[in-house]
Amino acid sequence: MLIADAFFYLFATITVGAAVMVISARNPVHAVLFLILAFVSSAGIFILLGAEFLAFILVVVYVGAVAVLFMFVVMMLDVDFTELRSGFLSYLPVGALIGIILLAELILVLGSWVITPEVAAHVATPTPPLTEISNTEALGRVLYTKYVYFFQAAGVILLIAMIGAIVLTLQHKTGVKRQSIAAQVARTPADAIEIKQVESGKGLL
Amino acid sequence: MAEFWTVYVWPFLVIATHSLAVLVILLVAVAFLLLADRKIWAAVPLRRGPNVVGPFGLLQSFADMLKFVFKEPVIPAGANKAVFLLAPLVSAVLALSAWAVIPVSEGWAVANINIGILYVFAVSSLGVYGVIMGGWASNSKYAFLGTLRSAAQMVSYEVSIGFVIITVLLCAGSLNMTDIVLAQQGDYGMFNWYWLPLFPMFVIFFISALAETNRPPFDLPEAESELVAGFMVEYSSTPYLLFMLGEYVAIVLMCALTTILFLGGWLPPFDVAPFNWLPGVFWFVFKACLVFFMFSMVKAIVPRYRYDQLMRLGWKVFLPLSLFMIVAVASVLHFFDLAP
Repeated sequence: MLIADAFFYLFATITVGAAVMVISARNPVHAVLFLILAFVSSAGIFILLGAEFLAFILVVVYVGAVAVLFMFVVMMLDVDFTELRSGFLSYLPVGALIGIILLAELILVLGSWVITPEVAAHVATPTPPLTEISNTEALGRVLYTKYVYFFQAAGVILLIAMIGAIVLTLQHKTGVKRQSIAAQVARTPADAIEIKQVESGKGLL
Repeated sequence: MAEFWTVYVWPFLVIATHSLAVLVILLVAVAFLLLADRKIWAAVPLRRGPNVVGPFGLLQSFADMLKFVFKEPVIPAGANKAVFLLAPLVSAVLALSAWAVIPVSEGWAVANINIGILYVFAVSSLGVYGVIMGGWASNSKYAFLGTLRSAAQMVSYEVSIGFVIITVLLCAGSLNMTDIVLAQQGDYGMFNWYWLPLFPMFVIFFISALAETNRPPFDLPEAESELVAGFMVEYSSTPYLLFMLGEYVAIVLMCALTTILFLGGWLPPFDVAPFNWLPGVFWFVFKACLVFFMFSMVKAIVPRYRYDQLMRLGWKVFLPLSLFMIVAVASVLHFFDLAP
């Protein structure tokens, strides 16, 4: 287990270091790049835990899609970070409060396992051990049987959010020339071209 | 101490040797495929193509490599130096690392992991970062425009590639590459492979693979008539070489992926005497080369898409079609009780 421990501390150090750099980097694009590094190294920690499916979903969804859009927006916007930073001290108490609440919640969650050992019986359906079935299959069995309604509800919520975003930004402009592929494909030589016999030495008109 | 040797050092050495073998063979193969690409591209309009360096121009790619390596790397004054030099490395390393899970024949993979296809999908979806970082760090308008186009394009076509992979997974019932190939084995030889039952998905995958790797007719990021060379415009020498290497390795990866998902990997077309004498690796390479030939022919024949047409094809044609196919394939598998 020595090597696994060494890798855990390696990934953990990189994750924490990258997370610190996300909020302290002067250049916004560098901040997004450090965010990506934090995502990738937390995927490494998931792999060490044996949660390979979660690890790669994290990479595909967060690094491959969400962070690309982040990057896209950050590169296009001309964000002046020194201006953003000017009100840093006034927001500090609010930030500290949120941090303390998160820390307290984490301590409560982790502590409940130790303080009341019977809590384990109330938690989720235990998945079979990794040696019996693969990670993906175990997750699928729980997700599509016991939690299928929650899964569907999450999907519907995302759909509503997507439709909302489209409705908010959609605007029908009039007088814009648009390409109609169907009309283009439906054109025949008969209505597109006209063949005329031109006598030599004379024009058409 | 003996345990340390057998548990850690020996497997490490074995994996390192396997990886090195894959890398060397892959890089040499890419050098010749690059030449093949240029030869095929030249042959369509009856040109000769590279024919000076070595017999039939066989050493052309190696000469090009030497030329790139010996030139001076120029870094623009306004460039963000660290990101500028990191971008080609990211591009090449990510493209190469996806090859760790590709099974060339039964058991011939560096890592035969449970979620092989998801790994390849994740690594190839990271490939866009090389493009984004390169274009942004160059601090140039053309490079940046190329980057924006490319990022949008690669993200769009990734969606349809993901759905195509899901339909194949529904049929195979596993995320493991070896299991996907073995699930295509059957009594009817090549007619059992997924290209026939999932033919629409095969076509979508092929076209999306062209778009995902920025190949013509979807090479808008580097549309030389409009954007000079897109995100690579400020690159020269070895960094440029790494970008090109990453691009070609990604193309060969897509060929290998098409072979595994749809063309039965290393399985012979018919499991009868003359075909199954040949080793599996021959069939794998043969099929991958066939797909690469199709990639080259598309490059030679099809004119470049306009940008809005490209986006329309991705979002309005492929996305609904592949979503529908997932529902259709899942229904057929469920109601005819064919699911694995």
